[in-house]
Amino acid sequence: MNKKDLSLLILILVVGAVVTFINPRFLLVGNLSNTANQVGMFGIFSIAEAFVIIIGGIELSVGSVIALLGVLFIDLIVNHDVNWMLAFAAIIAGGLAIGLVHGTLVTRMHIQPFVVTLCGLLIYRGAARYYTEDATAGFGFGASFPTLEWLTAGRTNVLGFPLPHSVVALFIVAAIAWVLLHRSVFGRYLYAVGKNEEAARYSGIRSDRVVISAYIICGGLTAFAAILIAMYTRSISPAVHGSFYELYAIAAAVLGGCSLRGGEGSIIGVVLGTVLLQVLQNLVNLLGIPSSLNFAVMGTVILIGVLGDQYLMQRRRATTAKARPQASVAAAPLERANAE
Amino acid sequence: MPEPFLELVDISKTYPGVVALDHVDLKVAPGEVIALIGENGAGKSTLMRVLGGVVEPSGGLIRVDGVERGSFTVAEAIQAGIAFVHQELNLFDNLDVAGNVFIGREPVHGGPLRLINRQALYAKVRPLLERLGADFEPDAPLAELSLAQRQLVEIMKALSLDARLVIMDEPTSSLTLTETDRLMRVIAGLKADGVSIIFITHRLNEVMQCADRAVVLRDGRMVGALTRAELSPAAMIRLMIGRDLKSLYVPPAAPPGEAVLDIVQAVTDTYPERAVSLSVRRGEILGLAGLVGSGRTELARAIFGVDPLRGGAIRLDGTPIRIASPRAAIEHGIYLVPEDRKSSGLLLDFSIAENISLPDLSSYLRLWLVNTARETENARRQRERLKIRAPDVETAVGSLSGGNQQKVVLAKWLSMRPKVLIFDEPTRGIDVGAKQEIYDMLRRLTDAGVAVLMISSDMEEVIGVSDRIAVMHEGAISGFLDRSQFSEHNVLQLAVGHTI
Repeated sequence: MNKKDLSLLILILVVGAVVTFINPRFLLVGNLSNTANQVGMFGIFSIAEAFVIIIGGIELSVGSVIALLGVLFIDLIVNHDVNWMLAFAAIIAGGLAIGLVHGTLVTRMHIQPFVVTLCGLLIYRGAARYYTEDATAGFGFGASFPTLEWLTAGRTNVLGFPLPHSVVALFIVAAIAWVLLHRSVFGRYLYAVGKNEEAARYSGIRSDRVVISAYIICGGLTAFAAILIAMYTRSISPAVHGSFYELYAIAAAVLGGCSLRGGEGSIIGVVLGTVLLQVLQNLVNLLGIPSSLNFAVMGTVILIGVLGDQYLMQRRRATTAKARPQASVAAAPLERANAE
Repeated sequence: MPEPFLELVDISKTYPGVVALDHVDLKVAPGEVIALIGENGAGKSTLMRVLGGVVEPSGGLIRVDGVERGSFTVAEAIQAGIAFVHQELNLFDNLDVAGNVFIGREPVHGGPLRLINRQALYAKVRPLLERLGADFEPDAPLAELSLAQRQLVEIMKALSLDARLVIMDEPTSSLTLTETDRLMRVIAGLKADGVSIIFITHRLNEVMQCADRAVVLRDGRMVGALTRAELSPAAMIRLMIGRDLKSLYVPPAAPPGEAVLDIVQAVTDTYPERAVSLSVRRGEILGLAGLVGSGRTELARAIFGVDPLRGGAIRLDGTPIRIASPRAAIEHGIYLVPEDRKSSGLLLDFSIAENISLPDLSSYLRLWLVNTARETENARRQRERLKIRAPDVETAVGSLSGGNQQKVVLAKWLSMRPKVLIFDEPTRGIDVGAKQEIYDMLRRLTDAGVAVLMISSDMEEVIGVSDRIAVMHEGAISGFLDRSQFSEHNVLQLAVGHTI
């Protein structure tokens, strides 16, 4: 865990302590379990977003993909009697395909990621609404998938705490993503391409493939989150389901140390960022703040967090600058800059 | 010739470790056309930047109309009537011609909104277009103009500021012959109007054609001036060369072997009508000399697969190969140490170890994951071998000096199995000590059987390090030199397109 993650953890604990102090119901098992469930679902698509942000891209269609794939999943298993495992696989494949399309448009057609995924946001939302004729998709009376429901939306009692399975899913996803990003060759390539694509190419990295892979991973994980969310809400109004979720994901990634310029960020940070966002949401509910202020509270906290981070970084830079002169005397560069 | 209105007296400019200008004097009279010539790195551009107010001199004074001052700001230079037509033109692609000429000085309608008076704007630009005989309209979008036409826009901008002196830095380097002719006519026209011109050029025939005087710089010093009557290519070259070159040469342990890399009629994007052929032999350092812009870097980029090859073939050990990407080049054992190490050679935020392992990460695997212990171990070995001065291999490369950064780029390739190493300006911006260490490493590499192609604009380096020199001129090889033929004179002759 790096310094940035640690300060984020401290921030979460402080906010939690303040909320508990004002309203002790924050610590009730039911409240914590529900908040954890939200963290589980939001954490998965925030990690998805982080992959794209680390290579220097952006993915704005997360919310719309969650709506479209959620609607399709429920339609497949409820109305078309498709075996849920098959439907599960099909939806994940759909997410991967969306990622492939986005990645290809960005790298081969040289369209800016913002534009590609903004179009995606509009297209998938429209498709979801058209497909259901704007009606709410849900489980009909008596429709029941006990195994699937238990797996996705169930909770298991661990030492008296009802642990939501979405949290287990997040834990597994985060663990794999952590190893992939921080320990594997592919992870190294992701950071290299995000930092300086030209230098990465000069080192023999096929940067286009790396970028496309990042979008594919993002699409697949988003599809997974879409299924969990669909099974949790059990009914989907395609016009609003998942809206603004891409912004939650971007916010969590930025809180977690990702730079929108690419090349930075950690998985632990992204998970902690998600936790902070959900605790804030919870805070609004518990402290009796009008829920209309929900987004305003979140925006303010993120802004303060980023400003604080900036301040700390400047201070660190100032101290290292002071320490530098002695260090570099031995190797004073005789730069011949601008000599001609 | 009328009295000079502008004088540079005893101008010096030093950078840490380098003297760029060493007590230079220059006088400019109205209507005078001065050619400023000299090798790469002689200080020509620095001198002109002093005149344009971009660079502050370390010593000396500037006298304009009898008024003395220590230095100029850009605004003061413009006020004194000095206009600079930059090598990379400072124009706005998204505006039209008139908008560019009067940027920041647009005529406006009265009123609080200060709307641009387009009619007045175009009316002011039209006479300038006629004066230069330009073949485009004031409302032509700049994006649609050729490079030569853009240059005219820059000159119009200068004239609209009532310039008395127009400085042009290699104005013809990217122009076609007819465009060059037209520029020469424009220069003659300006001269007739009493405007002075200083132009930096490598093309001696242009100097012959239009200069009243040629001023020659070498190593930051003014080594001579030739009047119109004294001008001749031979006289100019004689002044441009003739410094003492320290001999750095270390002969190879064995005579060079077979050709490893053959470039056959290679065509790049920059010079689509020219083709380059050369071969690099096992165990030799082939120096690739030429003026800046002669197409050497473009050739290197094409061999390394960064840019596509537009024609011709590449053979490695006699077998034709196709290189579509740097990855492909690397798999064939062809590595490039690029010209700009900060943007293409290194990831400045990555550590030394991470930079070194990057092209070859798959050989550091343990169970699919990067074995950082092996990575660190190899980086430490390379640090010893190349004497990279850094506290540890975990240090971010961005905090190292230029010489040590270059050694990291080198270490990256030496950890693998180089067959052909291409260096583009291997020691630019590097201190003397590190330079020598890099030269030593080059020789050790060739003695181990590597073929080295070294692009360099530093005459001392090309002559002192190479076993053989190929010289490029405007996208083609103008000649090869063996060690017995090595001389500054010969390299320069070929570089400016003459034969020896």
